[in-house]
Amino acid sequence: MATVEVKDVTKYFGSTQVLRDVNVSIADGEFVVLVGPSGCGKSTLLRMIAGLENITGGTISIGGRVVNTVPPKDRDIAMVFQNYALYPHMTVFDNMAFSLKLANAPKEVMEEEVGRAAKILGLGQLLHRYPRQLSGGQRQRVAMGRAIVRNPQVFLFDEPLSNLDAKLRVAMRAEIKELHQRLKVTTVYVTHDQIEAMTMADKIVVMNHGVVEQIGPPLELYDRPNNLFVAGFIGSPAMNMIEGKIEGGAFRTADGAAWPLPPNGSGARPAEVIYGIRPEHLRLDPAGVPTTVQVVEPTGSETQVVLRHGEASMLGAFRERIAARHGDVLPVMPDPELVHLFDKQTGRRI
Amino acid sequence: MNTTPTAVAAAPTRWTPPRREETWIGWLLDWKPFLIVMCLLPAVGLLTVFLTYPLGLGIWLAFTDTTIGRRGIWVGLENFIWLFEDPIFWSAVFYSVFYTAIATIGKFALGLWLALLLNNHLPIKSFIRAIILLPWIVPTVLSAIAFWWIYDPQFSIISYVFVDVLGWRDTNIDFISTAWPARWSLIAANIWRGIPFVAISLLAGLQTIPPSLYEAALLDGSTPWQRFRYITVPMIMPILAIVMTFSIIFTFTDFQLVYAITRGGPVNSTHLLATLAFQRGIPGGQLGEGAAIAVSMIPFLVFATLFSYFALARRKWQQGEAND
Repeated sequence: MATVEVKDVTKYFGSTQVLRDVNVSIADGEFVVLVGPSGCGKSTLLRMIAGLENITGGTISIGGRVVNTVPPKDRDIAMVFQNYALYPHMTVFDNMAFSLKLANAPKEVMEEEVGRAAKILGLGQLLHRYPRQLSGGQRQRVAMGRAIVRNPQVFLFDEPLSNLDAKLRVAMRAEIKELHQRLKVTTVYVTHDQIEAMTMADKIVVMNHGVVEQIGPPLELYDRPNNLFVAGFIGSPAMNMIEGKIEGGAFRTADGAAWPLPPNGSGARPAEVIYGIRPEHLRLDPAGVPTTVQVVEPTGSETQVVLRHGEASMLGAFRERIAARHGDVLPVMPDPELVHLFDKQTGRRI
Repeated sequence: MNTTPTAVAAAPTRWTPPRREETWIGWLLDWKPFLIVMCLLPAVGLLTVFLTYPLGLGIWLAFTDTTIGRRGIWVGLENFIWLFEDPIFWSAVFYSVFYTAIATIGKFALGLWLALLLNNHLPIKSFIRAIILLPWIVPTVLSAIAFWWIYDPQFSIISYVFVDVLGWRDTNIDFISTAWPARWSLIAANIWRGIPFVAISLLAGLQTIPPSLYEAALLDGSTPWQRFRYITVPMIMPILAIVMTFSIIFTFTDFQLVYAITRGGPVNSTHLLATLAFQRGIPGGQLGEGAAIAVSMIPFLVFATLFSYFALARRKWQQGEAND
């Protein structure tokens, strides 16, 4: 087990900069998720930790040792690929034992190590099958088994669940998390799915356009997003953003609606702000802002309603069942404690 | 109140597609058995006229004593018994097998090497890929004539380089005027011509291997040789088997190179079965005997096809359903 330290790392592909001054420090045994939209550089960063991409600037250390020039096989890491990268012409056993075979390990050691990993993952019955004969979830497990056999200091996962169907994804998510709790190996996990990030991570690194937007525990990112990007990215359904101005102790939109300000905000505030409120933090209130119902989407556990007030469209997620129809007027009010304000110019949290 | 009926009356009548009249030809074209026969007819016709008939005629001729200008009579196995005692025939059998074996080994060794090179990121890769196809797209007879000059006893450019430019030799190199040098020279020409086909086909095979397999193997601690041995080789085996089968068949039945460069000489030492069959049948006029030589190639080709049948049988790891 080991710490991973990413310091001032930059990466260019030709003249395109894909990573800019990335700093991430990962504690021993921590489960860190790199999350961001496609093309944000998260996979590149993971591949740089693995040694599959070279590092243009800065340093990456694993267990206190700078590994910039250390070849992948000597970095003591194991990686699970998005397409699993199982060797199709080898059985599950041979796939899992491949690293040991390359190291000329005796047969007993191979059987013992593969047996141990197979037991952890419940693969005992499948050892003589070929990858083609396995289901998606089983292949995923074999890929993890191959990683476990290597006994690495760091596990790297590159979008491992994106090829699975929704139900299996939820199951494997729990399985990976449980595996981490059992083995306690430092893990870096890349995904574009913020739910995966929220549910699995000890710490989330939100990336966008090659820079780190915010690092923190899942709930901290949800409760106090640093900027508009993180606010919009974390949380599902996404946060509502309303443009307007602060006037007379309230937030006012161009069409005259007045929304309550969060209580602690008495400091200097820019004139133009963005008012962020999560759908689940809107509630029905007769004294609230009157909005027109556009679409009602009952999900069973909650009712999501697309609402409109003037130019502003927003989503409300209500616990109660709402029998509203298109065109009805619903007065809604946010919980002022849970409102986020952002500077329109810089996108930063106020 | 009474707005509804008015609205209905005012609404334009819906457009409906015109119903087409059934005709007997429409009915016929919808009738599946007729359609099947119609669609198969061109292919079956072409195959019959251009493949089955010549093959059948060739086999028939092999059992007759037909010569050019004289319709023959059925002589049974006489042609084959005759060939069985003919040392020139056996020498052609030997050289056909030898030529095929050595040329195939050479083509695959060099072709695989070239494919591996081209599978890397080279700066002018697409240009090189186009260039290496050249030997293959040039008509064989043209390249054969070029080789004929390269191998010429007097004007060979290779001899010129070694004798006149470098001064390493005093005499011109003997390429095609004695038996063994001629045999090797023809094999060299065949390898040169065959490399592009092998290289391009194997390159296509190499490109189907997902790069992540190599990355996984890299993390698993493999050396370049181990990646080649444990990933590349097994993964291109299926396509290698196909390409090798084709290559063996084409090489075994080769005619143009040999006929254009040596015509089977010197002293019949470089006859392949195809050139010998032509020589006996057309210039020699013994159609029956020539056909018998051509027919005697069939067992070898059947063997090559069987080889491909077994080598191409889907490997266990390529199958999806079976659970054992």
